[in-house]
Amino acid sequence: MASPIEQFQIKPIIPVINFTNSSLFMIGAAAVIVGGLLYATRKRAVVPGRAQSVAEVLHDFVANTLVDATGKEGMKFFPLVFSLFMFVLTANLLGMIPGFFTVTSHIIVTFALAMLVIGTVVIYGFVKHGTHFLGLFVPSGVPGWLLPFIVVIELISFLSRPISLSLRLFANMLAGHIALKVFAGFVVALLGAGGALTILAPLPLLMAVALMALEFLVAALQAYVFTVLTCIYLNDALHPGH
Amino acid sequence: MAQAQTTNATTEAHGGAHADVGFPPFATETFGGQLLWLAITFVVLYTLLSRLVLPRLSGIIENRRTMIAGDLDEAAAMKARAEEAGTAYEKALAEAKARAQALAQETRSKLSAESDAKRKALEADLNKRLAEAEATISAKKAEAMSHVDAIARDTASAIIERLTGKAPAPQKVEAALNQIKA
Repeated sequence: MASPIEQFQIKPIIPVINFTNSSLFMIGAAAVIVGGLLYATRKRAVVPGRAQSVAEVLHDFVANTLVDATGKEGMKFFPLVFSLFMFVLTANLLGMIPGFFTVTSHIIVTFALAMLVIGTVVIYGFVKHGTHFLGLFVPSGVPGWLLPFIVVIELISFLSRPISLSLRLFANMLAGHIALKVFAGFVVALLGAGGALTILAPLPLLMAVALMALEFLVAALQAYVFTVLTCIYLNDALHPGH
Repeated sequence: MAQAQTTNATTEAHGGAHADVGFPPFATETFGGQLLWLAITFVVLYTLLSRLVLPRLSGIIENRRTMIAGDLDEAAAMKARAEEAGTAYEKALAEAKARAQALAQETRSKLSAESDAKRKALEADLNKRLAEAEATISAKKAEAMSHVDAIARDTASAIIERLTGKAPAPQKVEAALNQIKA
């Protein structure tokens, strides 16, 4: 029986170009997203079918989340936010299929996605507002003597955003898959132990089934949380004044 | 490399936690490859979504929205037209009613005037004829009265002739009658 962290191993497929199982599932996720959405919208029906309804719900869901957080002008980031949401959601859900690799269970991937968000916020903020963007760290109506502390706190909170954003997703995916693997491992171990212990084997199996349901929820929820936070951070780039 | 990792996994499975397996998410030597492929995948995904998929999806939704809005506008215009037609109809109906009433009134008054005139003409005619008849009656009466003298004279002479056998002189009869009459 493999260890619970064996599932996170990066296994080279084409070592020359650094193509690994992780790369394969990234491309797989992208292919599922683009292929699925193109298939769903192939009829361009006014009265949508089932697949098209799902595509439209995803579109409206992300669009509403973005507009709620940033207002109408935030829609210029819609392709980015939609890509992030769909990529994280699909990678999370693909990882739920037994034997599949979970792209988002690697901190470097989630950190890169978080840095993409923060990088967009910083670059757009400075391009659009210039030094006024720094007003983000200077809340209005703060007494002068308190200002240095507030600026330091705001700066730390801003710098911790990519870390919290990436760690949250990474840790959730990692912990969920480890827990699943551990309970599934118990089933095998109990069955292998023989005797009275074999009878206990269904108990961890039930736990594994329950965890599976929970992990599906977490997979969708974390994709949503990532998206909502992305929208909130983008709002700072659009409206830096407090 | 693949073989080495598989061996690691196997040794770990048999020998418990092994130092050289490490924790895959923190294996820094894999970061470069993951970042490279993430960048490639995400750029391609972003490009395909923003250029192809999302315009199509937004197009469908926008198309539906404009279609519904257009239909609603059309329905509102039709409703306005129907209401207009309804008002026009009611107006026409009211006008027709008023005209019909006026016509009926006119006809009624014309008819009553005509019948009044006819009645008056008839009355006048009847009065005229009545007057004529009265005139005739009084003429006839006068005429008859003028004959009474002659009859009385003739009767008186005939009675006297029968009684005396000789016709009296007309002047005497005349004088006697005049005496009685007076």
